[in-house]
Amino acid sequence: MADKNEILAGLAEIVAEETGLDTAEVQLDKSFTDDLDIDSLSMMTIVTLAEEKFDVRIPDEKVKDLTTVGDAVDFIEAAQS
Amino acid sequence: MTTLNISRGPEFSRIAGLGVARGENAVPNEDIIEPINSSDEWIRKMTGIATRVRANADTSVIDLAESASRDALAAAGIDGGDVDAVILSTITYPHMTPGGAPVLADRLGSTGAAFDISAACAGYCYGIGQADALVRSGSARNVLVVGAEKMSDFVDPADRTISYLLGDAAGAVVISASDEPRIGPTVWGSDGSGAQLIRQTSSWLEVRDGEAEAFPTLYQEGPSVFKWASFKMAPVALQAIEAAGVTPDDITAFIPHQANIRIIDQMVKQIGLPKHVAVGRDIVDSGNTSAASIPLATERLIRDGKAASGDLALQIGFGAGLVYAAQVVVLP
Repeated sequence: MADKNEILAGLAEIVAEETGLDTAEVQLDKSFTDDLDIDSLSMMTIVTLAEEKFDVRIPDEKVKDLTTVGDAVDFIEAAQS
Repeated sequence: MTTLNISRGPEFSRIAGLGVARGENAVPNEDIIEPINSSDEWIRKMTGIATRVRANADTSVIDLAESASRDALAAAGIDGGDVDAVILSTITYPHMTPGGAPVLADRLGSTGAAFDISAACAGYCYGIGQADALVRSGSARNVLVVGAEKMSDFVDPADRTISYLLGDAAGAVVISASDEPRIGPTVWGSDGSGAQLIRQTSSWLEVRDGEAEAFPTLYQEGPSVFKWASFKMAPVALQAIEAAGVTPDDITAFIPHQANIRIIDQMVKQIGLPKHVAVGRDIVDSGNTSAASIPLATERLIRDGKAASGDLALQIGFGAGLVYAAQVVVLP
């Protein structure tokens, strides 16, 4: 199981690959939409790749609740256990 | 015990002719953005669409189907009377019964079997799979497969989920006997647990009982459909390649249902298609025309010189149901 830092690092790689942003910009307090300019379709790509990377399931209806990177990290951490 | 005769057909089938008909009007994003409070830039970014083709008010879905069918018959070098079966894939024929296929067959001069299938955006590939089986079983010599939609009859101009994507068109092919394999095995299936993801807003019974807010139109859960199509369809496409006994390197053209340019691009990535493969992107100019989109994109690739007769094409349809079908074919 990955810890919080490892999840953040892995998620940052996925976000960087999808958006072209630098991994350093992907921080816990950043909003996916307002700060990182990630639209709903890119968000689904990031979610799917995160599901594969961390072997978790993130239901579609939960995605709208993942406002910040920190929300996603927390969800993935909880879903692992 | 009495033994029944059974029909036996030729060993192989092929696409013998292709025809398409696009709605008469190319409708740019500027013409539809006001009711959805959007912009040309946003629609292009989210879907890739610049214009969608829409038919005149007095052009019916059967008119579009007939036009495409006549071109397909001419390309195959046969007459309507040579057609033993007509398979019409549509979700926009405005009668529950009778089906549109007998009406179309009659216009073309065919008295062959004629039936509609409701497989939405997978309908063209579903039809190819059925036609291939009908020809090879000896049930029909020539099968006309038509994907025809007048989506604009079932759109809500204020809907932000799907209406702005949709166009009107028809694509038709004739499936006939072949002296060598030219249609690979169809890999198909469904996932009815996702039936609500793309649907008619109200049932006809709700309309009858006054429970519908308005005339039923189409609706989709866009992000969920994007996720399903982008990531679940790539393995289906790879299965179709494997079932045909070829490799991605052998494919000349990838012709997916034209749902959204972002889905198409993600599928190309997930399948791992080599750079030499020409990818159907007719959605940019024609929009999403449901069952008609694959033959439209095929015609476009050939017209643009990016694919040619004899090339191997991987085609995959997917949509409301959820349903999907894929096969590798030799282009006519």
